[in-house]
Amino acid sequence: MTNGRKRITKLLWSLGPLLGLVVVVLVFGLIEYKVAGDENRPARFFTLESAQAVLSYTSLVGVAALGMTLIIIAGGIDLSAGTAIALTATVTAWFYREGFAYTETWRADSPLLGTVTLSLVAILGGMITGCLCGFINGGLISLLRLVPFIVTLGTMTAFQGIGRTIAGDTPVRAFGKVPDAVLSLQQPYPDPEWLVVSPGVWIMLILGCLVALMLRYTVFGRHVYAIGSNEATARLCGINVVRTRIWVYTLAGLFVGVAGLYQFTVLAGEGDPASGLGLELQVIAAVVIGGGSLNGGRGSILGTISGACIMGVIQHGSVLIGVADRYQDILIGMIIIAAVTLDQFRVRLQSS
Amino acid sequence: MTAPLLGMHGIGKRFGATQALDDVSFQLGAGRVMALIGENGAGKSTLMKVLSGACPADRGQMEVAGRPYRPTGPHSARDAGIAMIYQELNLAPDLSVEDNIMLGQEHQRQGILLRSRQRPRVLEALARLGHPELHPETPVRQLSVGARQLVEIARALIQQASVIVFDEPTSSLASQDVTRLFEVISRLRDDGIGIVYISHFLEEVRTLCDDYTVLRDGQVAGTGSLQGTSEADIISMMVGRSVDELFPTVPHSPGDALLDLSGLCGRAIPRDIDLTLHQGEILGVAGLVGAGRTELLRCLFGLDPIASGTVCIGGITRTPAPRTMINAGLSFVSEDRKDEGLAQQRSIADNITYSRLKPYGRLGWLNLRRRSQAVSECMQQLEIKAVSGQQSVWELSGGNQQKVALARALHQNAQVLLLDEPTRGIDVGTKAEVYRLIGEQAADGKGVLFVSSYAPELLAVCDRVAVLARGRLQEVRPASEWTEESLLNCATGSTTAGSSTSMIETTRPSR
Repeated sequence: MTNGRKRITKLLWSLGPLLGLVVVVLVFGLIEYKVAGDENRPARFFTLESAQAVLSYTSLVGVAALGMTLIIIAGGIDLSAGTAIALTATVTAWFYREGFAYTETWRADSPLLGTVTLSLVAILGGMITGCLCGFINGGLISLLRLVPFIVTLGTMTAFQGIGRTIAGDTPVRAFGKVPDAVLSLQQPYPDPEWLVVSPGVWIMLILGCLVALMLRYTVFGRHVYAIGSNEATARLCGINVVRTRIWVYTLAGLFVGVAGLYQFTVLAGEGDPASGLGLELQVIAAVVIGGGSLNGGRGSILGTISGACIMGVIQHGSVLIGVADRYQDILIGMIIIAAVTLDQFRVRLQSS
Repeated sequence: MTAPLLGMHGIGKRFGATQALDDVSFQLGAGRVMALIGENGAGKSTLMKVLSGACPADRGQMEVAGRPYRPTGPHSARDAGIAMIYQELNLAPDLSVEDNIMLGQEHQRQGILLRSRQRPRVLEALARLGHPELHPETPVRQLSVGARQLVEIARALIQQASVIVFDEPTSSLASQDVTRLFEVISRLRDDGIGIVYISHFLEEVRTLCDDYTVLRDGQVAGTGSLQGTSEADIISMMVGRSVDELFPTVPHSPGDALLDLSGLCGRAIPRDIDLTLHQGEILGVAGLVGAGRTELLRCLFGLDPIASGTVCIGGITRTPAPRTMINAGLSFVSEDRKDEGLAQQRSIADNITYSRLKPYGRLGWLNLRRRSQAVSECMQQLEIKAVSGQQSVWELSGGNQQKVALARALHQNAQVLLLDEPTRGIDVGTKAEVYRLIGEQAADGKGVLFVSSYAPELLAVCDRVAVLARGRLQEVRPASEWTEESLLNCATGSTTAGSSTSMIETTRPSR
């Protein structure tokens, strides 16, 4: 194979998940078009509203999957992401609920300043909680020298417990205490129309670009790939494996915090510690569909976001077509397996 | 010679644009040891894959014991009585010796394991190898590489193999284990088993083998009986030209002390090492497997913990830790390219620059263009054959991978090179390049600590050679005062010289 052709093949494969997304969109779009025709109603899949809904729905999983991509490239896994998302949402809700009374007089003096301060504290509280969750994961894995699977299996349960401790018996409700600007973060149809998609989607895309650049163009990014690809080599090259790993998990925790904020606004200002269970599997699935290898060393941001979108499109498309939930699950399950099979096929193709 | 046990006729195999095998034919008789020789990439591995059924040939026929043999997978090879002992052993480390030997052919009745039945067969196989001391219940993880190899050979015996293929079996063995392996192979030959012996070491081939087949660029460059064939003949068949120098040297002279170890102790080994490496010096470290050579390098580089003692570099005492040592000018090239030395999935560029990304970074951001320029220069200097610096390391041949590992040390501009078996598993031509490179580094005023199990290269390349045994430093002498025999005696700690004569023919070249 010539050099140029090889490069093109490589490029095509790296765009694989994106192409997969295009295929999924086309398939569901055409089926829905046909179904809509049969039912004598206008087709709804190929519309702006549809894209807005899918993207805003996807961005929660997508933003958390950015961090998960880092973790998986570094050869780890984070099962606690789901409950950590719920925990950060709970913390944000708690800050809003408890802080509302504190800032009462303040808000009376200057409504804007008071609300902004309250929101900053609440949102930062959630982010810091997310980072702490990640830091704890990374620290335990490094200090106790345990497998990430086990550590995060433990913290998955623990984070939910912490969330329930904060919340008490019922979810933390901060209805009416959260400014609309925050609540509209995940509004599928954004208020200034020129935004096209919800602010949450934009945040995900910007963060995604930053992480992708970081992976490619920074020393830290190289080290993440190095420890995931071969930890022994990394150590031998003088890379501080422990520090890098703790940073990876902490950074992933930040994205968990952002996802937690999304979750909070999706629930219209409620923090429910039980709302995140199972979310971690969707997040992991997004990375895996996007070409991330659970053996570490491989994964990309473009792939991960495509993977998250594929799942979003399937869910949304199924609803429009009228496919039951249970069949969606089967379909997504099969896509996960197909994606990994295809990827292995690629590796075999390249090695021969 | 009786009727051939194994015959290959006109085997051809093409991968894409490369003709990996072209009209390869040879025959192997019962009770014969045939050496299969060739540089890396000559087609030895492909030929063995064809034989083992791992990949089908495009053309040609094979026959085993007179019957046509058309493998469809690894099981065909087993059914036909062909066993392969690969360089990287195929054992389940957590299973016992017995379970590994019997793996896939357990004695059973309706799924229930009949240990009492298989034990005698395992003991018999081990006895047949002349190693009844291996206990069937020992977990393989606890065995040395040499002993693990015996387990694989025993497995082949249980499969009633009539042909056993050894792929570079001595590349990771110490000379004592090599001696033991040669005894085992001789026993197998006397039992009437046909053996294909793939090796880079011509001395071994001469000691052990009856016949030879040389492959070059996928074709048979020569085949026949070893008797009456000189080493020079074989080398010229391998490389297609005559190699006047197997061990090229570059003139260099030792200067001031560069690295000074005093009383260095690891957790178990090494014990109490006092050793000084000078500028422009190549200091060889010899010893058996488990003597603490690798551990010595790992301790002083900070990869393994040290219990006591000091490491002094250029007069400054340092606490070993990889980053500290790299900053102090040390570089470590691991003996294990696959699992430690290189991140196989990553690119050549990444692997070369991992230990020194600083020159390309500003505030943590990398200038990739500048880096790829530097990488190309490194690749040119070492003649690394690859499509580009972006190619993944696993796609390269062993020799080129080793060059990437060495390129990292050069890119780091290390003053002290800690090389652990730097020529393991690479072909003669590349070996010569590595020796020259080591010589150039020494001529440049750098210090090289050169660990090797291959005595001839230590004697030819090094200025001094230190011998370790059971974790302790036995003796350091100028290379000219050692012979292979005295090295071995010192390493085994034997007192009566000559009692354990080297199985390796001495081929010490003159400088």
